[in-house]
Amino acid sequence: MREGILGRKIGMTQIFMEDGRMVPVTVVEAGPCSVVQVKNRERDGYVAAQIAFGAYKNDNKVNKPMAGHFKSAGVKPGKHLVEIPAGEFKVGDEINATIFEAGKLVAVTGKSIGKGFQGVMKRHNFSGGPDTHGSMFNRAPGSIGQCSQPSRVFKNLGMPGRMGGERVTVRKVEVVGVKAEQNLILLKGGVPGPKGGILFIGKDDK
Amino acid sequence: MNSLSMIEAAYSRELPSFNSGDTIKVHMKVKEGDKERIQVFQGVVISRRGSGTRESFTVRKVTYGVGVERIIPFCSPLIDKIEVVKLGRVRRAKLYYLRDKKGKDAKIREKDNFVKK
Repeated sequence: MREGILGRKIGMTQIFMEDGRMVPVTVVEAGPCSVVQVKNRERDGYVAAQIAFGAYKNDNKVNKPMAGHFKSAGVKPGKHLVEIPAGEFKVGDEINATIFEAGKLVAVTGKSIGKGFQGVMKRHNFSGGPDTHGSMFNRAPGSIGQCSQPSRVFKNLGMPGRMGGERVTVRKVEVVGVKAEQNLILLKGGVPGPKGGILFIGKDDK
Repeated sequence: MNSLSMIEAAYSRELPSFNSGDTIKVHMKVKEGDKERIQVFQGVVISRRGSGTRESFTVRKVTYGVGVERIIPFCSPLIDKIEVVKLGRVRRAKLYYLRDKKGKDAKIREKDNFVKK
């Protein structure tokens, strides 16, 4: 996990650069996140700052242990918590979209859209068989191994199953614009997850 | 969705209304080195598609016997201005059939009630 911020995917649109180029962008409501807890080497064994994002509609919805956690930090409760490896923060600090600037690269982590139970063609990019000429081998996985030697199916063999709904990180996403008043950042191209999905946007300086 | 429309609103602009079949002059900004000048592209609108910031239109003209088409996004900042020269009377929204027509066949009847602004 890198230094960064939590955000919510709003949706995609397109904008125009000054030279007339059209750029597809994902609009992300990034922050503001408040620092709830600072972990240090002496007490916790590692350095991190725990940040919270996403206000509850009604603060009564916060369960009691978490409410206490937020109360002792003196910050508004947030639905989503994440730790970032940064020690220079103090409890109660606010992180907002201004930590990013246009032209910089970021890495975006989110939960991909769940596709349900899918076959091998969609899930593992198998090529399948011919659709016509009486093929009878259309979208099937085909052979999954040998015979009495080795008498088993190898691990990690591509099979049908649940697809999507997993954590995905996309690196080297360009920041096209930052609108600090509205806490919005514009990222070039698509990012994982559905509209309204929670994203972690970290700096990608590597 | 509010934040999305707000971002898109920054690119919407006031352009004269025109439709397929109309002849328009599009004043395009052309950058050459660090100088910018205006280039006029005059032709017939043969299609309009999309909506919002994604809307675009196609202008066709024939220069030296060669057909030239430009697809221009409605919200492109490269459009300086648009003038409507003639309103055409056409019976469909996409005039792709003009590509196969030459000379008099490629002419579009003018609307009678056109008042130049």
